[in-house]
Amino acid sequence: MTANSNDMKSSRRAFLRGALAAGGAVAGATAARAAGPDPLITEVQSWASGLGAPVDATPYGLPIQFESDVIRRNVEWLTADTISSINFTPIHALDGTITPQGCAFERHHSGAIELSKKDYRLMINGLVDRELVFTYEDLERFPREQHVYFCECAANTGMEWAGAQLNGAQFTHGMIHNMEYTGVSLRTLLTEAGLDAAGDLSDKWVYVEGADASSNGRSIPMEKALDDVLVAFKANGEALRMEHGYPARLVVPGWEGNMWVKWLRRIEVADAPVESREETSKYTDTLADGTSRKWTWVMDAKSVITSPSPQSPIRHGKGPLVITGLAWSGRGAITRVDVTVDGGKTWQPARLAAPGQKMALARFYFDHNWDGEEMLLQARAHDETGYVQPTKDQLREVRGLNSIYHNNCIQTWWVKPNGEAENVEIS
Amino acid sequence: STSDGPLGIGRVALPEEVAAWDLDVRPDGHGLPVGSGNVADGDELFQDYCAVCHGVFAEGVDNWPKLAGGSDTLDRDDPLKTVGSYWPHLSTAWDYVNRSMPFGNAQSLATDEVYAITAYILYSNDLVDDDFVLSNENFSEIVLPNADGFIIDDRDETELPVFSQEPCMENCKEAVEITMRATVLDVTPDQTAAREAFIAEEAAEAEAEAAEE
Repeated sequence: MTANSNDMKSSRRAFLRGALAAGGAVAGATAARAAGPDPLITEVQSWASGLGAPVDATPYGLPIQFESDVIRRNVEWLTADTISSINFTPIHALDGTITPQGCAFERHHSGAIELSKKDYRLMINGLVDRELVFTYEDLERFPREQHVYFCECAANTGMEWAGAQLNGAQFTHGMIHNMEYTGVSLRTLLTEAGLDAAGDLSDKWVYVEGADASSNGRSIPMEKALDDVLVAFKANGEALRMEHGYPARLVVPGWEGNMWVKWLRRIEVADAPVESREETSKYTDTLADGTSRKWTWVMDAKSVITSPSPQSPIRHGKGPLVITGLAWSGRGAITRVDVTVDGGKTWQPARLAAPGQKMALARFYFDHNWDGEEMLLQARAHDETGYVQPTKDQLREVRGLNSIYHNNCIQTWWVKPNGEAENVEIS
Repeated sequence: STSDGPLGIGRVALPEEVAAWDLDVRPDGHGLPVGSGNVADGDELFQDYCAVCHGVFAEGVDNWPKLAGGSDTLDRDDPLKTVGSYWPHLSTAWDYVNRSMPFGNAQSLATDEVYAITAYILYSNDLVDDDFVLSNENFSEIVLPNADGFIIDDRDETELPVFSQEPCMENCKEAVEITMRATVLDVTPDQTAAREAFIAEEAAEAEAEAAEE
């Protein structure tokens, strides 16, 4: 992570120069630098007289070099290797709601596989009228739908059950992305295969698996399969990225990311769940008494302040401060987000940048006038069902400390007078 | 109208194709192929293909998953979740080994080899004797210790009513104290120890520059 270190170094340098320049009698960081004419204004800069890059320089572009810290990061000690592992979306540096695909988190169980459209096959089998095989080209001939949904790993925030552990929103909340998907509804594909043979659909399941070695097989009740599940082939306007399931993945709105099977190769209609490894050994939630919940599919309402946060400290001194973050719920649309700057003594509603959409990220802003004193920042999401995001203590009271998954607790950032922020727990 | 019936897209899957991909095995044994394997053969196969990660006795190496042990630990601070202590169904072990193991060379085991390795995992968990033979015939007789350890998601009953109350907005608490800090643990990559080092280094550099100006 040399590049990352250098970026941090240069941003620290800029911060400290600013801080030193601002130090002393002048209040307000912006006023301090206006002691004389700014050469960035008074001198002709190279970009204002020379030429920029030609249009044939970059057939498919990457972000400008100054943004090279806005990248996925992994945490080595979390997993035995980097193949069956996780990395994290840099949510601390993003705004709006759409996650750029190139830095959207990855979670694989046997690596990101390379599967061409030419080699792609999708099978529907089991209790259907016609067991079918589709090519990728076939998929593109079905009527399409387009929706924006979040995909959150069931383990997002899982390392924080026992205490404040990782210092940054990217690490505590970055197993998430939010994309605009285009694809075919699973209902349409099941209709093509015919469900008459399945009889009473209320007790039927679909089992979905990927083309990779791990297969990641999961069982989904038919009611959900026929409701809003998509087989997606485009995300944010273009083909899925290899690491996100190219050329086709399952999109399971509001439900834990593990069920969003990538490189989808088979859909089986069955009269019972498979109880596969990914829904018995994993993605089951152990309670304090040693029993475990299974089939905890939906992701509950959750939010996090993305800035300020440990990776996004306040560098501009006191005065106007934009407090911003993300909120989402697997049970429906976000209707409200409350923010506190005093650790929950007093709460105020934040502004939603746009009305909440069902099972999609919502962006909130809380415009604050910072007095330079320490803050204990929290956000609290509400969804359209009336559910209010709980504290970690509330969750622990029901579940204990060992459930690993589904930690949707309220997060606290301790913002210190120097503008640095830290992941903490509070009373 | 298009969603009312089939559009005639795709083709019928051939039996050989379905057989090649539909390998999943359910708790009642549905999907199990005919075959068998004993503990001794499983031991040998396990040492050849599995022990490098999962240990000689399935006890796990380094951070790799432990497949045996952990009996009666599920209600403790650090539960050890293995096939013996946690998994509800033997079908899952057979199915997962058959389709996804060994890690990096999946789908390389013959049916009888999967039976033998599964028998060895049972033996490693003290659930069968060393002369045990597992087959499609006796498979359903094996009941794992934690078979009854799971409940279906009950959040709608246990959590939603509690978490759907209108919350406090004003004078919600008198005092707030920090009870835990992430930087004390200091396990975040690039962000804590490294960061503090940069701050110290850059502060020195900036002071030096300031002194020159």
